[in-house]
Amino acid sequence: MVLELQKPRPIWQIMFSTHHTDVGLLYLIMSLGFLFLGGALALAIRAELFLPGAQFIGDAMTFNRMFTVHGTTLIFLFLLPFASAVGNYFVPIMVRYKDMAYPKLNAIAFWMIPPAGALIWLGFADFTWYATPPYSIISAPGPAADMWIFGLKILGISSILGAINFIVTILKCKHPDMSIGQVPLLAWSFLSSSLIVLVAIPTFAAALLMLLTDRLGVSGFFNPAMGGDPIAYAHLFWFTFHPEVYVLVIPAIGMMYEIIPRFSRKPIFSYNSGVFAFVLLSVVSFSSWAHHMYATGMSFTEKTVFMVGTLAAVPASAMHVFNFIATMWNGRIKFATPMMWAVGGIALFFSAGAGGVVNSAMPLDFSTHDTYWVVGHFHLFVMGTIAFGSIGYLYYMFPYVTGRMYNEKLGVIHFILSFIGTILVFFTQHILGLYGMPRRIFDYPPIPEWIAMNQIATVGAMIIGVSMAIFLANIIYSSGKGKIANTDDPFGLGGKYYYPFEQKNPHH
Amino acid sequence: MGGHSNWPEWIYIGIVIALMTWVGAEAWNVERLVEHIPADAEVIKVTGQQWFWSFEHEDGTKEIGELHVEAGKAYKFEIYSKDVNHSFNIHDYVVLMDAVPGRVNTVWFAPDKAGEHDIQCREYCGLIHYNMRGKLIVEEPSS
Repeated sequence: MVLELQKPRPIWQIMFSTHHTDVGLLYLIMSLGFLFLGGALALAIRAELFLPGAQFIGDAMTFNRMFTVHGTTLIFLFLLPFASAVGNYFVPIMVRYKDMAYPKLNAIAFWMIPPAGALIWLGFADFTWYATPPYSIISAPGPAADMWIFGLKILGISSILGAINFIVTILKCKHPDMSIGQVPLLAWSFLSSSLIVLVAIPTFAAALLMLLTDRLGVSGFFNPAMGGDPIAYAHLFWFTFHPEVYVLVIPAIGMMYEIIPRFSRKPIFSYNSGVFAFVLLSVVSFSSWAHHMYATGMSFTEKTVFMVGTLAAVPASAMHVFNFIATMWNGRIKFATPMMWAVGGIALFFSAGAGGVVNSAMPLDFSTHDTYWVVGHFHLFVMGTIAFGSIGYLYYMFPYVTGRMYNEKLGVIHFILSFIGTILVFFTQHILGLYGMPRRIFDYPPIPEWIAMNQIATVGAMIIGVSMAIFLANIIYSSGKGKIANTDDPFGLGGKYYYPFEQKNPHH
Repeated sequence: MGGHSNWPEWIYIGIVIALMTWVGAEAWNVERLVEHIPADAEVIKVTGQQWFWSFEHEDGTKEIGELHVEAGKAYKFEIYSKDVNHSFNIHDYVVLMDAVPGRVNTVWFAPDKAGEHDIQCREYCGLIHYNMRGKLIVEEPSS
């Protein structure tokens, strides 16, 4: 559809463009750049934890800075912008409009991200992505901490602008012949996640301002020495960032809704239940934030309320899984690379969800909270589900973006290695958590079980590292020199199904 | 729904909801019992600070980094923090409660037999968080 790379244009034409596919391309390239930067930090962290004792990172402060920037980068600078890339490319085409509703706002939302990324990376803060007070107020060294706060502030505004744009594009700019019940599920996923962003993000934006003034010493919202309460920050933070998990996961599920019916050569089992589950998820995402805080001294009643709110999200997620399996059932499935990533992502989504039920059950949470179990659990979501869906979709959109095919064999190898690696790292981390290893630690005592589990996890991480190197080589080589793709039916599926991508919005 | 019947999905959703209800009810019931602090529990004040734990027994004895208790007795921890958030954790007994400055959190446990267990901090608290560790020493009852 776009064939941007087949008709070379000067780079400034793409950079200063407001056309949705150009902005999408910028989002795509930037998010992949940050994927590799954040991934490199993950490999360093895993290498450090291969054995007890300091290996090569040398001191705890550097290690703490590395996992802070690792988390911040992959969530805010890879997963979110990647979803925006897909949304920019496909949402206007799916609702049959010539561009996003506000093209200039769209470009502004993108261009806010690189400076924010620069602030986060140049500052290299150490207070974890959760920036927990009072540590972040009285102990975290500046200017790194302040740069992180400003970086996140900018990213929050960028997310809000992007969300407004998606909502208006889908609700107000869709073709008059198209009812809201005909909008493809991928566009529905962007509508749901954008609505969550609009409700959730302002809370954290306010918390960040309070954190900053607390650091400056002019206020004491979260500083007990000045009469404040650190737990208030925890509420504000998780009110934004528990729904934020759904902001990430809902578009990834939308991407799977594109891939799975096409490669099963069958229509979606139930469009209505997909829409219903999206809407339900975006509502119940707001009922569970304090399940991150059972151990902060909440009352029994509070804990019960948030446990029920958390469990309420499970049926909606299960509806998606059912929908995927029922769509594949009796289909003529073609296991090309995008389909493998999508199906692998569903399997890991199920595992992640099952682990989440354990976390939410109050007595069990006290065994798993703040251990490596939690690290394994949410990485099965962010890596196993969201990144898997996103990478699958990247392979899926590759021929439409570049006009060329990626190398299928390398794509399959990338998937197999990543899938094995993901299981080795994150399933083992669950077990490591049950052995009691706390998260965010630079060094650990030589307990035999801890060493064994850490070593398996490190080997898994290195396997993922190798697979990502293959991925990088594949996309760079193929976008320049790959086989020319048949853009009518690049995956040889028979072209029976409607590809919204066949249209191209002219530059304006 | 595209003309096809959707009953398998409804059955499946019903099973999921039933399962979640069971998990929730069971968790509620267990937590209710776990949180019931025995009236005769001895109070131990636990203070977390960067980066060690200190303890004060009911009789005024103070300990740093090590905690001696007797098997067969119930203990109630009152958890304080002097600087930033910590989390007091004896993993072997599933004792976990945050130490939050400005608040007093409580948790209790009753060690059943003599032995040594690790005490650690499970909430990120800065530079030496990884080594904010202690020892719980459970002794045979003295009487």
